[in-house]
Amino acid sequence: MPVWLTESEYRILEAACARLVPADDAFGGALEAGAADYIDAFLGAFSFDPPRIWAGGPSSGRFGGAARFGDFHRLTALDELAWRTRIEGSEGRSEREFNGPVIGLQERYRVGLAALGEEFATLSSQQQGIRLRANVEFATLVFGHVCEGMYGAPEYGGNRDLIGWKSIGFAGDVQPRGWTDAEVAGP
Amino acid sequence: MAADVLTRAGWTVVIFEKGRNHLLDPEDLTKPSSDYSNDEIKFVDRFFLGPDPFLEPRTFRSGVEEGDHSYVGEVNSVPSTVGGGGTHADGKTPRFREDDFRLLSTYGPQPDGEVADWPLTYDDLEPFYAEVETAIGVAGTAGSNPFEAWRSGPFPMPSGAPMYGATISSAAAERLGFHPYPAPTAANSVPYDGRPACNNCGFCAYLGCPIHAKGDPVALLTRTMATGLAELRSETFVSRIRTVGRRATGVDFIGPDGIERSMDARHVIVAGGAIETPRLLLLSGIENPAIGRHLMVHYQTIVVGTMPFRVHSERGRAVTHVHDDAIVGDSESRAAARAAGLPWMRGGLVEHGGASLPIMEAKIYPWGSNHTALMKDSAMRDRLWAFIMQGEDLPYVTNTVDLDPTVRDVRGFPVARVTYRAGHHELAASAHYGPRLEAVLKDMGAQWTLLTSSPGASAHGADAAKIPESRHLMGTTRMGEDPRSSVVDPFGAVHGLDNVVVADSSVFVTSAGYGPTLTLVALAARSAAALAGRDGPG
Repeated sequence: MPVWLTESEYRILEAACARLVPADDAFGGALEAGAADYIDAFLGAFSFDPPRIWAGGPSSGRFGGAARFGDFHRLTALDELAWRTRIEGSEGRSEREFNGPVIGLQERYRVGLAALGEEFATLSSQQQGIRLRANVEFATLVFGHVCEGMYGAPEYGGNRDLIGWKSIGFAGDVQPRGWTDAEVAGP
Repeated sequence: MAADVLTRAGWTVVIFEKGRNHLLDPEDLTKPSSDYSNDEIKFVDRFFLGPDPFLEPRTFRSGVEEGDHSYVGEVNSVPSTVGGGGTHADGKTPRFREDDFRLLSTYGPQPDGEVADWPLTYDDLEPFYAEVETAIGVAGTAGSNPFEAWRSGPFPMPSGAPMYGATISSAAAERLGFHPYPAPTAANSVPYDGRPACNNCGFCAYLGCPIHAKGDPVALLTRTMATGLAELRSETFVSRIRTVGRRATGVDFIGPDGIERSMDARHVIVAGGAIETPRLLLLSGIENPAIGRHLMVHYQTIVVGTMPFRVHSERGRAVTHVHDDAIVGDSESRAAARAAGLPWMRGGLVEHGGASLPIMEAKIYPWGSNHTALMKDSAMRDRLWAFIMQGEDLPYVTNTVDLDPTVRDVRGFPVARVTYRAGHHELAASAHYGPRLEAVLKDMGAQWTLLTSSPGASAHGADAAKIPESRHLMGTTRMGEDPRSSVVDPFGAVHGLDNVVVADSSVFVTSAGYGPTLTLVALAARSAAALAGRDGPG
């Protein structure tokens, strides 16, 4: 079950992710990396307590140390105002509109996915490309989030099985191990 | 730094910071926190260190012909968090050179730009440079830079491990007549002052250090809190310095509860950086037409190249080598200045560096069927090497910070507006040095190179391209003896007020071509020591 998107929206988004960054080998692309889950978790960040905005520190446990990335930071009232406004939009509330109305990410995704169309997943790659280019502002928004969902820490919902990092030979968050001086200076 | 000096002199200090505390352990402010992590999403995409551009936007325009502003959002953001800019910097801490304090008398005036000597010399500041290097822990190799200013002693630590790419770019630079050396860096190369040695994790520039091997600012703040004489009030915005006649009586502030309160104070020290400091002085109604003038950034000349081999820049301290040749100049640069109609010109420190963060890389490539192949090929990260020249900006009266007429922050106060355009000097220096740096990349074996600048190019569109990427911000409350042409005196005290001191890079008279951090901290130490000396123990 998606966190915030409807099942139908989630299927459109998965197809859009697969078209924006397709798989070209066994590692897979944005679909296999779970980029859609990253985006859905971001849109639904306030369904969690604490909200899933900033992962914890100092280490994830992948290279030693305690697994703390999953302990998301608590937000202050101002942090919550900023992130709720960014995600939910200003909704006519005066405290969110001190510089005017803000269209939130949830609305941009709801409208954008609808514009791609219910049948988007069934279209040919060429037709999908045409739809995405016809909604280029939305496609650019999704693409940025796809990059985060592929190559960011998996605690945010994407980079499933670390395939984003593995596919490019990137170790990821290496604290507390780090790199030895020889690994830094040598080829 | 000022709080450190004053608490050691026995003063009681209250530190106001409008951002959150992620630097110090909330249970024990004398110890570092564990909030930082190797997390690109958190630090680069989600403003963990602040400021959040929704809550605290800034505005920008290139000149008055663009109207009130042409852009609203993130403009030259330096972290708004306990510890400030040092938290996200990769810790390069060069000193300025003797000439940098005496540009006017050494080189003469410029047709544009109000070049002036500083009201202090390198010799005046040297003891404070040494003090700060010891306090925050700077690793470096004295004598490795043939152009370095004199030093009263060695660096407190030896230089850390050179990055693989830097070993190759340094060799190429030397072949072409440049003089690269290990960059002085406030990241521990050995355990120092109770903090561990840097373990080269690579998440350095833009991110906080998870193990606190970067000494600026955690070393000074933990020491300050350990005196028991300092109180830290984070998430607290100072909205006004209250004044009566020539005296500041205290500050108005809004804390985390959103309620406006006041506090009396014998002295007020402002250290908001070269954008927020003039903003606070203007919000306070302090009158001096020079406030906000002479904003200087570093005009960045950026040369990138793709190597036929992997340079793994995700290992190491972002930049381990630099060279000063473009600051010192030579017969070619003097000829180029004459050809450009300039009496002289200066470039800036050249940083040898790579790219380490994969999300940033992924967003560079176009979406579509080639994207994963481009990421594996990694022309823009794992095979990229780059030079960034932090070019010296001249001080122009037209490059300013003032209050935006319409845009407000979340608390209802006018935000800072930046008006900035690079001048003929900066463009001429960039045009001269850019191709020479490109030649070094080619000598390294680059398959292709790209020469660009900031301002001048941006992935975020034409309007954003006019906004300098530089986080080196200087000059908006210029230091000088004469109250008619400067805002603060040679010890940072605001002219016309008896007890307000500016302790950040706002006071810079000229911008040199070096990162401002060590110099601004040394100036803060000097100004605070003078204050403590004048006014006695707390």
